[in-house]
Amino acid sequence: MSEQHKKHLFAAFVLAVVALLVWQATGQQGTETPGIADQEIIPLEAVLRRGNGPEPESLNPQNSRTDPAFNLARDLFEGLLTHAPDGDLVPGVATRWEISDDGLTYTFHLRPDARWSNGDPVVAEDFVYSFRRLAEPSTAAFYAQNMAPVVNGSAILSGEMDSSELGVEAPDTATFVVRLVTPTPYLLDLLTHPSMYPVNAKAIEAHGKDYGRPGNLVSNGAFVLDEWVVGAYISLRRNEHYWGNAINRIDRVIFYNTSDDSAELKRYRAGELDFTYTIPLQQFRWIKENLADEFRVHPYLTTYYYGLNLRKPPFKDSPQLRQALAMAIDRELLTEKITGVGELPAYGWVPPGTSNYTPQSFSWAGLDAAQRNARARELYAEAGYGPDNPAQVEIRFNTAETHQRIAVAVASMWKDVLGVETTLVNEEFQVLIQHIRQGEITQAFRSSWIGDYNDAQTFAVFFQSDFDLNLSGYNNPAYDALLAQASREIDLAKRRGLLEQAESLMLADTPVIPMYFHVSRHLVKPWVKGWQDNIMNLQYSRHLSLQRD
Amino acid sequence: MLRLILKRLLTAIPTLLVLVTAAFFLMRAVPGGPFAGERNLTPQVEQNLRAAYHLDESLGMQYLRYLGGLLQGDLGPSFQYPDYSVAELIAAGLPYSLQLGGLAFLLALVVGIPAGVVAARRANSPTDMGIMAFCLIGISVPNFVVAPLLVLVFAIHMDWLPAMAVEAGRGMGLRNMVLPVIALALPQIAYIARITRSSMLDVLGAGYITMARARGLSERRVLWGHALRPALLPVASYLGPAAAALLTGSVVVEQIFGIPGIGRYFVQGAVNRDYTLVMGVVVFYGALVIGFNMLVDISYRLIDPRLRRS
Repeated sequence: MSEQHKKHLFAAFVLAVVALLVWQATGQQGTETPGIADQEIIPLEAVLRRGNGPEPESLNPQNSRTDPAFNLARDLFEGLLTHAPDGDLVPGVATRWEISDDGLTYTFHLRPDARWSNGDPVVAEDFVYSFRRLAEPSTAAFYAQNMAPVVNGSAILSGEMDSSELGVEAPDTATFVVRLVTPTPYLLDLLTHPSMYPVNAKAIEAHGKDYGRPGNLVSNGAFVLDEWVVGAYISLRRNEHYWGNAINRIDRVIFYNTSDDSAELKRYRAGELDFTYTIPLQQFRWIKENLADEFRVHPYLTTYYYGLNLRKPPFKDSPQLRQALAMAIDRELLTEKITGVGELPAYGWVPPGTSNYTPQSFSWAGLDAAQRNARARELYAEAGYGPDNPAQVEIRFNTAETHQRIAVAVASMWKDVLGVETTLVNEEFQVLIQHIRQGEITQAFRSSWIGDYNDAQTFAVFFQSDFDLNLSGYNNPAYDALLAQASREIDLAKRRGLLEQAESLMLADTPVIPMYFHVSRHLVKPWVKGWQDNIMNLQYSRHLSLQRD
Repeated sequence: MLRLILKRLLTAIPTLLVLVTAAFFLMRAVPGGPFAGERNLTPQVEQNLRAAYHLDESLGMQYLRYLGGLLQGDLGPSFQYPDYSVAELIAAGLPYSLQLGGLAFLLALVVGIPAGVVAARRANSPTDMGIMAFCLIGISVPNFVVAPLLVLVFAIHMDWLPAMAVEAGRGMGLRNMVLPVIALALPQIAYIARITRSSMLDVLGAGYITMARARGLSERRVLWGHALRPALLPVASYLGPAAAALLTGSVVVEQIFGIPGIGRYFVQGAVNRDYTLVMGVVVFYGALVIGFNMLVDISYRLIDPRLRRS
């Protein structure tokens, strides 16, 4: 290659790069749409831009399992019942329902104007199909367990019976009947769960696993799927056939994937999101100083706790040690200084705000700090420990800054009050879960329990001795008897009493140490109207509107 | 040349097989499973899920099943995203990673090589020190510092450029690409400039350069005509893996700019125990590295005529 050649070659290369850049830039100009500032002048359509956390795993509501996917399902689909903006239950596809006197048969009457996004009417057969599909093992539904209270539900789940045997019927197109094994007073709440939404049989038969794709997804909610750019955003547009369109002010909703909460905050500040999925905890102080008016905190149905493994020492057969450890934690200090985003200190298991329930507390919750510590030291001594013979306790938690800080604080409180020697072990989340489930090497472990529906049952079941996810290994026949009695009880007031009694009983045994109740955290732009915080942390797009001043 | 390519392609098959086997069994040796989460599943439901994905079969059977699928170009279903297959997920992310990675690669070459040459020519001058100081910063300041800084300055305070790489209805335009491309290219520019500088300095000390200068050639001709080509050999060997890394994207940069590329699958797939997704990206990345190393070998022969004869 001669000198001249080389020069030409280099020049050609540089030219090619420049040409590529220019082509990119001009190609862009042609498709450029107005920026945010321009949109305010030309309000073409109301577009709601939501931060929605990590990528949703599926848009088929029966295959979804996380909040990002549920948020989308709530806009795309509608169940028999749905929520009002404040989280209360209101009619959805069903306008009214009757419950038989024994509490075992629910009859739903469907609204005549309910439509699929292709214009077909939503009929009772659609619910029969969808409920059977949820129970069917081959669907591999994460929430198949929701079918357990229905007649034959458990047998179908374990593959012993065909899904056509499920206790659901459609006597006519507008009537849907569910038959239950035991009275399930929380069934109406359960019906708002995305796994209980109707799916379109024709579209599923035609597209299989591709049902949740743009063009294939036939849904019955306020919006229909328009576009899904994996990893970036999912865009929905108004469903022309939705029965409640008269009150829906939003034309288009864009759910942005915001798996990094710091990046989400930056996008929000740059005006690219109308509200966020959450906030980065390490920037909480900055947000409080600079965006206080736009910051929303509300209790949420989740309990952050340390589970105690009752199958092994030191916690096996030592309620005094468990109680002493639970008492020696200053929860006010934890929630103010360590988590600090308005979490509520937890002296009981069921979160406040749970419907038709009075949350119970530890019997010692009313004592002041000095009395509490003195009592804790007494119990600690009763358990056989003292300055010469300190208890050795291990806390296992999954690797994350918040969990680490809480564990360090708890260890130092135990040390100060009781003289306990604590070892901290952090593990990757999946490893921790496996260790907790095996129950072999764990002592105290960090976890959270998230309510799936707004009823104390979803929290109470955790301590039932034969419950598969009784992570502490709590086994108290009296507790089981109270729960069994509650599950047969039709009178809501009596049932509530039984569940409350059960919680008190369990707290006295202290199989877990509740730390605090979670809160939902959002940043919401001032032009988003109709926002109401609620215990389920739900925001249906059709309840919101945009009003820029 | 053709023989070289054929030979390389043939050796690639056992390499990939070793890679697939190691990745498959290592992934399964890690505790935990794809279906555990903060909201726990009851064992019956988990068993149904495992059966649906053939996880209830023996490990050997699963391995053979995976290899069989791979031979037919099937990377399997994703455990985490039931609506998609792994091949679909990679195909969906690839255009974004290719565009951003490709531009970042070009930018790194166009800036990095001349910067290295200039620094070498004026070795130990203030210009050299300035360039090398910049390189030191480029290498030592990590992406997760540079990228948020770029967003803070150019997207929030100046409001010149968007913070998001992809906006609904607009896609990924040039304006959206500026910040992520800079963030991706910065460390690569620094590496390339440093490698170019040091190998250029070696070459400039060689006898034939003194000879060329003695012949009275202009310094520019000495530098660009005689010294650059041999000096590029170490750079070329660095470019292979660098290109593969850039084209498969960076987890950090993707998260910060919301780029739907494939870089994040490396971390997400492993954290979620999405076995097939991890396998898919490992196979893809492995193939890419093998491919680029082959290109590097070819480029050696283009740069160094002695290799062509042997």
